[in-house]
Amino acid sequence: MSFFARFARNRGALAGLIILGLIMLMAALAPILFPESPWRMVQRPFLAPFEVDGFWLGTDTMGRNVAAGLMHGAWVSLLIGLVSTAVALVIGVPLGAVAGYHGGLIDDALMRFTEFFQTIPNFALAIVLVAIMQPSVTSIVVAIALVSWPPVARLVRAEFLSLRHREYVEAARLIGQSNTTIILRQILPNTLSPIIVLASLMVATAILLESALSFLGLGDPNVMSWGYMIGAARTVIRQAWWLSFFPGLAILLTVLALNLVGEGLDDALNPRLTRKRHQESAT
Amino acid sequence: MLYARLILMRLLKAIVVLLLIIVFNFVLIQLAPGDPAAILAGEAGASDEQFLQQLRERFGLDQPLYVQLWEYVSGIATLDFGYSYRQQMPVLDLILERLPATLLLTGTAFVLSLGLGILAGAMAAKRAKRVSGSVIMAIALLFYATPLFWVALMAVVLFSVYLDWLPAYGMFTVGAELTGWAHVLDVAKHLILPATTLGLFFMAIYTRMTRAPMLDAAQQDFVKTARAKGLKSGVIQRRHILRNALLPIITLAGLQAGQMVGGAILTETVFAWPGIGRLMYEALMQRDYNLLLGIFFFSAALVILFNIVTDLVYRLADPRIKEAT
Repeated sequence: MSFFARFARNRGALAGLIILGLIMLMAALAPILFPESPWRMVQRPFLAPFEVDGFWLGTDTMGRNVAAGLMHGAWVSLLIGLVSTAVALVIGVPLGAVAGYHGGLIDDALMRFTEFFQTIPNFALAIVLVAIMQPSVTSIVVAIALVSWPPVARLVRAEFLSLRHREYVEAARLIGQSNTTIILRQILPNTLSPIIVLASLMVATAILLESALSFLGLGDPNVMSWGYMIGAARTVIRQAWWLSFFPGLAILLTVLALNLVGEGLDDALNPRLTRKRHQESAT
Repeated sequence: MLYARLILMRLLKAIVVLLLIIVFNFVLIQLAPGDPAAILAGEAGASDEQFLQQLRERFGLDQPLYVQLWEYVSGIATLDFGYSYRQQMPVLDLILERLPATLLLTGTAFVLSLGLGILAGAMAAKRAKRVSGSVIMAIALLFYATPLFWVALMAVVLFSVYLDWLPAYGMFTVGAELTGWAHVLDVAKHLILPATTLGLFFMAIYTRMTRAPMLDAAQQDFVKTARAKGLKSGVIQRRHILRNALLPIITLAGLQAGQMVGGAILTETVFAWPGIGRLMYEALMQRDYNLLLGIFFFSAALVILFNIVTDLVYRLADPRIKEAT
């Protein structure tokens, strides 16, 4: 069975992929449909959805177009989710690889380091980091990456531990390949599937983290984001609940879609494991 | 005897971690753009030069870095977290005043989410082949993907504004001056929405975490034996399968404690719950970095405490684990 056929057999994953595609489309179309800055005040404030033509979702407390904010926000959420996950992988993969490959003292030291980062409450650390570095897209990406790499390191380490004494690794060692070559060319390619699955779930968590940060007022003041929209409308929730409702729904759908896609990737990339799991759940 | 040694070991480890966090805080202050004195004073830029000079002398900011680090660490070791110039109170007093509210909120949410999560997960495992099992897992996934602060806001709209069933803000009715049971009831009413919305996300996690180990445990030989003995399926579910699956759940629950403290920041902000999460939001709004770092330290300490407690519970639940550390 082809990769996509295996992926599509999981109907939830297919639905997730479609939702994700629509959100990407939203992000791509934002500058075309709403070329003006989403921060611009364009109508009277507190317009309810569909009250005035051209403002499907109404306007916010400052008279800004909610639909424009929603579409521009899609771009920011996806961007921050993807980049911060990439940075977390850049930290976590080498750390886990070195720890798992070498074992012993190096492993001990690196894992203690990882454990330390896991003990610190994630969200509190992200808040402190962004507050001290001053809110910007860069500081948000750095903060999210710094709190989300430990699971990557642990996963990669566990994979390396189980693979490092395989015959093909011993063979590579025997023909005199260097440690770096063995790590990069022999073992790492074999650990890619679980890393990809974890990464897709991490993008979802990163989007949730970003929205929570901007909800608290720690978003980049120059870019419109879903979390900011909810935070800004919080005080007027009694008069205009829809201002908080739609951006939240957007976050929910994006995170849900990414989780579904992650599960589908897991099924498609680890077919043996999944089949075993299905058998187990069937008996 | 064994427990005493174990607790001692865990406390030692905790002290090392907390020391590292203090050093980490110190590094953060150094890394922050601008004058450390201004940061300690909670001022962004424009501030009285004489006052800053006083601060520099008081914190020894004119001293070499390693002396400063020592001063900072020994200060916190003697529970001196500095002074919040914005709130005109020592940081420690501010935090201790707010701590009980946070403990009440996170404790309730923790018990609620763990209990309901395990129940839902066990039901989903038992109905793994049926639609009802899939429905439970779908709901769990939905809650897992929902932003905590958004659920909280929507709960306010639905239950406070629209239905007018529950209070939306604060911890007790201001001005009511209730005492005794009336006060307890009042606080409980205020607690329902924050604790439930904070618990939902974690309930989803525990549901997912319970299902898999229960399915695993159901495959074990002792379950077949129990079935062969003719035990009722409910008894097998509860006493054989769940009890064995519970151990990994307790471990993971301990690891989730840190996230719970983080989630409390959002929940307390939405519901104006007077805990350290709300205090952190206030510190953030006022750029009161000294207070912010103090709360950060306390939240880490809280997580470590949670971890030690779950570790002990784990050992009580499974006497086979003797001296693994």
